[in-house]
Amino acid sequence: MARMKFLCDAERCIECNGCVTACKQEHDIPWGVNRRRVVTLNDGKPGQRAISVACMHCSDAPCMAVCPVNCFYHTEEGVVLHDKDICIGCGYCFYACPFGAPQFPQQGAFGVRGKMDKCTFCAGGPEPNGSEAEFSKYGRNRLSEGKLPVCAEMCSTKALLGGDGEVISDIYRERVTMRAARGTTSGPPWGWDTAYGQGGKS
Amino acid sequence: MIRSGAIALCAVLALAVSACSERSQVAEYKQGTYQGKPDTPPYQGAPYNGDRAAWERAVATRAQAQNEYKRVNQ
Repeated sequence: MARMKFLCDAERCIECNGCVTACKQEHDIPWGVNRRRVVTLNDGKPGQRAISVACMHCSDAPCMAVCPVNCFYHTEEGVVLHDKDICIGCGYCFYACPFGAPQFPQQGAFGVRGKMDKCTFCAGGPEPNGSEAEFSKYGRNRLSEGKLPVCAEMCSTKALLGGDGEVISDIYRERVTMRAARGTTSGPPWGWDTAYGQGGKS
Repeated sequence: MIRSGAIALCAVLALAVSACSERSQVAEYKQGTYQGKPDTPPYQGAPYNGDRAAWERAVATRAQAQNEYKRVNQ
């Protein structure tokens, strides 16, 4: 069975924010909510890099552990999703997440915080696949159409990879081998160990 | 009399020493049970109609489009 994962290759990301834009457009995400964002590392210094960050769909997801209403679940494919109908918008998941993935729409007076929204790996949520209810709450369900997350599929430099962990780690391994042949090195993919355990094996 | 005094002394000492113990201050989170609605797998409904193998093949093929080394050599 496929075990879905994201992999961001910091050597390739050109900080174009195309993944962010594609995600917002695909899922019709409101202002103020960014399921994916591009972060600059060592800004302005030699060795500056950029990485595209969203929910990594952790193997042992801390958001699931801290949720007081237990609205999170793992799908068979390893995607971490949540039920917005029972989310109370408490924000515990935001504090627990090492990637800052949970987002909270803030509309209305007094900074009222809405129900949590996050990357779904383009897998929708607990509503019938492809339904209007699913789209309005969670966005488009591309996995049920046999597609992969739009952010990874449209990445112009293929810095962001998404899909079965074994397949994308094979793609990355091939790249690293080619780089080594050219005399350049690259470290482990950013966030991989944090999300999927040491070596990204779980 | 002496025996009961010794027992009382031991009890007092045990009580005094218990103040030296320390509880762990680190919260241990326990995974809860999902309380929400059940979800349908991605291969349920059109276009795969429950054919899990076909869905997995489609996703695996699609994933290879991210490998430009293969795309270049096609």
